[in-house]
Amino acid sequence: MIEIRGLQKSFGAARVLDGVDLTLGQGESLCVIGQSGTGKSVLLKCILGLEAPEAGRILWQGQPLDRAARARFLAGFGMLFQGAALFDSLSVWQNVAFRLRQRMSDDRARGIALDKLARVGLGPETADLMPAELSGGMAKRAGLARAIADDPKVIFFDEPTTGLDPIRARAIDALIRGIVTETGATALTITHDMASVGLIGDRVALLQGGRIAHDGPVAGMDAAPALAAFLGRSPAPRAGFAAP
Amino acid sequence: MTPLRAVGRPALRVTRGIGAVALFAARGLVGLRPFPGRALLHQIIQIGWLSLPVVGLTALFTGAALALQIHSGGARFQASDVVPAIVAIGMVRELGPVLGGLMVAARVASSIAAELGTMRVTEQIDALVTLSTDPVRWLVTPRLWAGILSMPVLVAVGDIIGIMGGWLVGTGSLGFSSATYISGSWSYLEPWDVTSGLIKGAVFGLVVTLSGCWFGMRSGRGAAGVGRATTSAVVAAAVGILAANFILTGLFFE
Repeated sequence: MIEIRGLQKSFGAARVLDGVDLTLGQGESLCVIGQSGTGKSVLLKCILGLEAPEAGRILWQGQPLDRAARARFLAGFGMLFQGAALFDSLSVWQNVAFRLRQRMSDDRARGIALDKLARVGLGPETADLMPAELSGGMAKRAGLARAIADDPKVIFFDEPTTGLDPIRARAIDALIRGIVTETGATALTITHDMASVGLIGDRVALLQGGRIAHDGPVAGMDAAPALAAFLGRSPAPRAGFAAP
Repeated sequence: MTPLRAVGRPALRVTRGIGAVALFAARGLVGLRPFPGRALLHQIIQIGWLSLPVVGLTALFTGAALALQIHSGGARFQASDVVPAIVAIGMVRELGPVLGGLMVAARVASSIAAELGTMRVTEQIDALVTLSTDPVRWLVTPRLWAGILSMPVLVAVGDIIGIMGGWLVGTGSLGFSSATYISGSWSYLEPWDVTSGLIKGAVFGLVVTLSGCWFGMRSGRGAAGVGRATTSAVVAAAVGILAANFILTGLFFE
């Protein structure tokens, strides 16, 4: 569904992406891991057209993701940002229904927004709150509701559990897994939380030194030498995976 | 080659920068479909209505001080009678638009840059893109048009209040009768004096909002980045107003 070939991106003298090759199949949930500053978020921004790569190709359904194709891609797309990125000037339901309000009445959009808020565990009492009144966990849930409001075919999650305590982080992971399974959406998650990888992903890719150093199923990731080196331990082929 | 390069590179950079700002302004000004009525009204209130107190007070004190200065200076040439006319012409042609513009620059350019800069660093602008919404059309267009539409009204109100400031001083301490002062104010004032000031106001409104939007949308990371964007927006707006005023005055009155 999404193919990335030889993607390169530099900031000044620092080459952040140095020939990234990655494929994301239809209905698949891929987690991209790597240390902070390795370019995981830059990779997402290149796909979304928020950063312009210097070289390489991004294909969507076999076609180059140019301006027109990207507009079609974004029409069926949702994203949960690291800090939720809720619009400060809009209430929670207006945030969730942002795209819906452009093509339907406020009443109908609000109804759908309330359903989506309920799906992520937020009651109707949160609908009229402003983003500044939400806790970190509630903001993530509201951001997730906005990401799924228009039933997207592709969803990106940028560090979905960053800044949350372990209990809330696992709750968000479970929500994401549930939503991805229910909707059959294609999911790309950027994270450095290995527990999230185990819960959310079908496949895991390690971004290291500007390239994909490992790409394989989550089920066998304990045995992968590159991942073991990244986590600072020996490969353990048959051991159950444990979060560091 | 080195001296040529030393001159050429900055010249190219400046030219490229002016071109980028012009394209940004053009994109912002043409994004009126669908018409952002609610957002435009909100921005007119933020930029125009809420600037009325500061513009009014500035004009009041400026008009009053101008009357005192002209009376004192004019006495050297036995020309104290021209106080009302000079205050009126000075306010509508020059001081109303320029000082009003500078006060709005301080209040509005900083506010726009800080708001958009915060949206930039908290990824709200990226979120707009992922929701198939053009950030320029959504955030910049209503602000630019609100500036263009609000500033002439602010200038007109400032002109009236400034002339009233002169009238207060003229009738209170300079010995003018109210009727003499008012007729002195209007008798030498021509329609083009007023119109040119209102046109200046519209241009300054564009300069102020464009400056805030440009620096806000390009804010660097973190609080320091937003702070730099805010400072740059105010400085650029103030210098832009003074430069535009010089050019427009040359065009209108040469």
